[in-house]
Amino acid sequence: MEHRHISDDVLYSKEELDRRARELLSDLEGRTLRNKERLAIPPQPMPELDPVVRSRRVDEVTLGYTETQAKVEALRCLQCKNAPCIAGCPVSINIPAFIRKIVEGEYKESVDIIKETNLLPSICGRVCPQEKQCQEACTVGKALKDPLKAVSIGRLERFVADWEREHGLYTLPPVKPDSGKKVAIIGSGPAGLTAAVDLRREGHTVVIFEAFPKAGGVMVYGIPEFRLPKRLVEDEIRHLEDLGVEFVYDFLVGKTRTLTQLLEEDGFDVVFISAGAGLPKFMGIEGEDLVGVYSANEYLTRTNLMKAYDRERADTPILPSRRVAVIGGGNVAMDAARMALRVGAEEVIVIYRRTEKEMPARREEVIHAMEEGVEFRFLTNVKRIMGDGEGKVRAVECLSYRLGEPDASGRPRPVPIEGSEHSIEVDTVIFALGSVPHPLIRKTMPEVAVSERGTIVVDEHLRTSHPRIFAGGDVVTGAATVIEAMGAGRKAARSIHLLLSGELPPPKEAGTS
Amino acid sequence: MRRIVRKRQLSENVFQFVVEAPHVAKAHRPGQFVVIQLEDEFSERIPLSVADWDPEAGTITLIVQVVGKTTRMLSLRREGEGIAHVLGPLGNPTDIEKVGTVVCVGGGIGTAPLHPIARAFRRKGNRVISIIGARTKDLIILEDEMRSVSDELIVCTDDGSYGRKALVTEPLKELCEQGDVNEVVAIGPPIMMKFCAETTRPFGIKTVVSLNTIMVDGTGMCGGCRVKVGDEIKFVCVDGPEFDGHLVDFDGMMRRLAAYRPMEQEKDHRCKLELVGNERRGE
Repeated sequence: MEHRHISDDVLYSKEELDRRARELLSDLEGRTLRNKERLAIPPQPMPELDPVVRSRRVDEVTLGYTETQAKVEALRCLQCKNAPCIAGCPVSINIPAFIRKIVEGEYKESVDIIKETNLLPSICGRVCPQEKQCQEACTVGKALKDPLKAVSIGRLERFVADWEREHGLYTLPPVKPDSGKKVAIIGSGPAGLTAAVDLRREGHTVVIFEAFPKAGGVMVYGIPEFRLPKRLVEDEIRHLEDLGVEFVYDFLVGKTRTLTQLLEEDGFDVVFISAGAGLPKFMGIEGEDLVGVYSANEYLTRTNLMKAYDRERADTPILPSRRVAVIGGGNVAMDAARMALRVGAEEVIVIYRRTEKEMPARREEVIHAMEEGVEFRFLTNVKRIMGDGEGKVRAVECLSYRLGEPDASGRPRPVPIEGSEHSIEVDTVIFALGSVPHPLIRKTMPEVAVSERGTIVVDEHLRTSHPRIFAGGDVVTGAATVIEAMGAGRKAARSIHLLLSGELPPPKEAGTS
Repeated sequence: MRRIVRKRQLSENVFQFVVEAPHVAKAHRPGQFVVIQLEDEFSERIPLSVADWDPEAGTITLIVQVVGKTTRMLSLRREGEGIAHVLGPLGNPTDIEKVGTVVCVGGGIGTAPLHPIARAFRRKGNRVISIIGARTKDLIILEDEMRSVSDELIVCTDDGSYGRKALVTEPLKELCEQGDVNEVVAIGPPIMMKFCAETTRPFGIKTVVSLNTIMVDGTGMCGGCRVKVGDEIKFVCVDGPEFDGHLVDFDGMMRRLAAYRPMEQEKDHRCKLELVGNERRGE
């Protein structure tokens, strides 16, 4: 039952896609290809589970390239000397080099090139918005005047990472001798994990403090199983443990121990805060306290981390829903909408203020949601939530919108149309309006200065107002992407290593105290 | 894994556990709570109040009433066995000031978190009058402990099987009428806290309640515990658990608490059937 939508009603199986790739490859292999010939190679589609089947299961939707497909896709790369793709990658992977190794069939060498700068390739290959990063800059996409026809760098990254794991060839990077220095990392999301690896490789003792019983941050509680299988995250965590990184779970820094205690009593030389932006936003409208109203964080934590999708075995319940309204247009909205189908909702409606074009969600995820039967009401927003007299959600009252002048973000501002009130009957409402840094930061970490938005203020070295405390990822930027958090983790690790080696310039205000 | 070092049955459905949790024990303050998860996979996370803690021994004391599957499974754990995860301390500590006379009202299992709060008020130099109540005699817990931290202790039962035959609101009202009550702390079932707040409202006496809503993470990440306080939506786990009882929307809170009841009953029912089955097989 593995199929792929090519056009409206034609489905191809993984075997069929592989057969086509084989035909192409037999023509191409062994020859020196000119750029024109490379540009003529059709982009390789990703094999996927049939939408009808997958929308009721949590299995991973995309199945990954076959080896032949990967080789054909790799042949599309022009091996540009200036490699604009590298500049588009927040952790500067040597993209042409790893793709060249795929053409040569040297998959282990290929993944090792990636791992010089990115230790989580099987995750990044799946969840990075490549179309806005490496692939946006790709010369092939530019030459073909279609960014969707750029070389599928993410899928190739995933291919070699999966290949390494499936063949049991995983290798750990070398670790320098013990430096005698101790670093505490707060939060085990992508920023914390990346910083941990880099610091550990320099020989420092690294302890990650995590409030949840599982490491991975948004990769375990937010991004659903059908986009990112949790066993991949678990594998990566095990690799970090093998590297010597220590994990302490059920530990809420600020409550269980304070930053000062970690630095003054527990012997840590430096703290890196990578606690993310975990506080969900609500709209402050009537009816938000009705039964059946969830934040996407709660909905996804219950279904994903606590496995409520497995109604038989999981103790954590999720309300049974018939019609679900998801408010928002980002990736989290798509994840919540698609998860709602998988836990049994009959109909799921995404309500978004702007149009399809302005949706911040990845194009691929929007298409996947549409294929699975999620409905979209664009230019619509919720005004209030109506109850049934027993305190349960009955319907949402909505307003229609039109697009006005561009706002500060450059996107057209949605303007409500007066008198356009209409209601949509639903029994569940999920708010996916983004999240902001946690109020616990302000309340329990007085050592670090925060902005008005609640984000931690850092200098160009990602150092906070405290000379031995650094911060990075969503806790500094507000909600962003996995790979940007990883980039911040890497940058912070470099600064922290310089500080521990006595080479980081002192903070600017150092002389004034 | 957090080891259970002591277990004691307090009444038919109430159990006391002393659990090894050194980090929590060191940092805990009156009014805070923990979130526990019995097993790594498929277990749910539930909030529990902490009845006592010993930083030297590195232990905390949990008092648990069996109300569903998870508390039932916990009640079956033996000394030497463990709880997979204990996260804490969570929430804000009680604001303990010297105010004069403080009335501490505990309903049922609510007496467990109340005890350290009463003790702290007393140590701060307040006159503490405690009222503890339950449906019937067997459900009164921590009577001696409460007596030892109170200047006066009033015990009530609904059926009159022990102490005064009354709801806790009766003696509370009398104390308010007598005049010199400066603050009331009420912890127990939502309906009891609601009526305690209604009792003190006409007297304008500050009334603190400790809310025990549905929680998932317990760290402010999901809003599952949200409750209306005045005109604002608050997250009980990070803004609370204590709030001004005169501002809490108890009816909304009770509706949200009941949201999963059919599913909870189903899980507990199946759990009981399984336990009976295991017993028959001699496990």
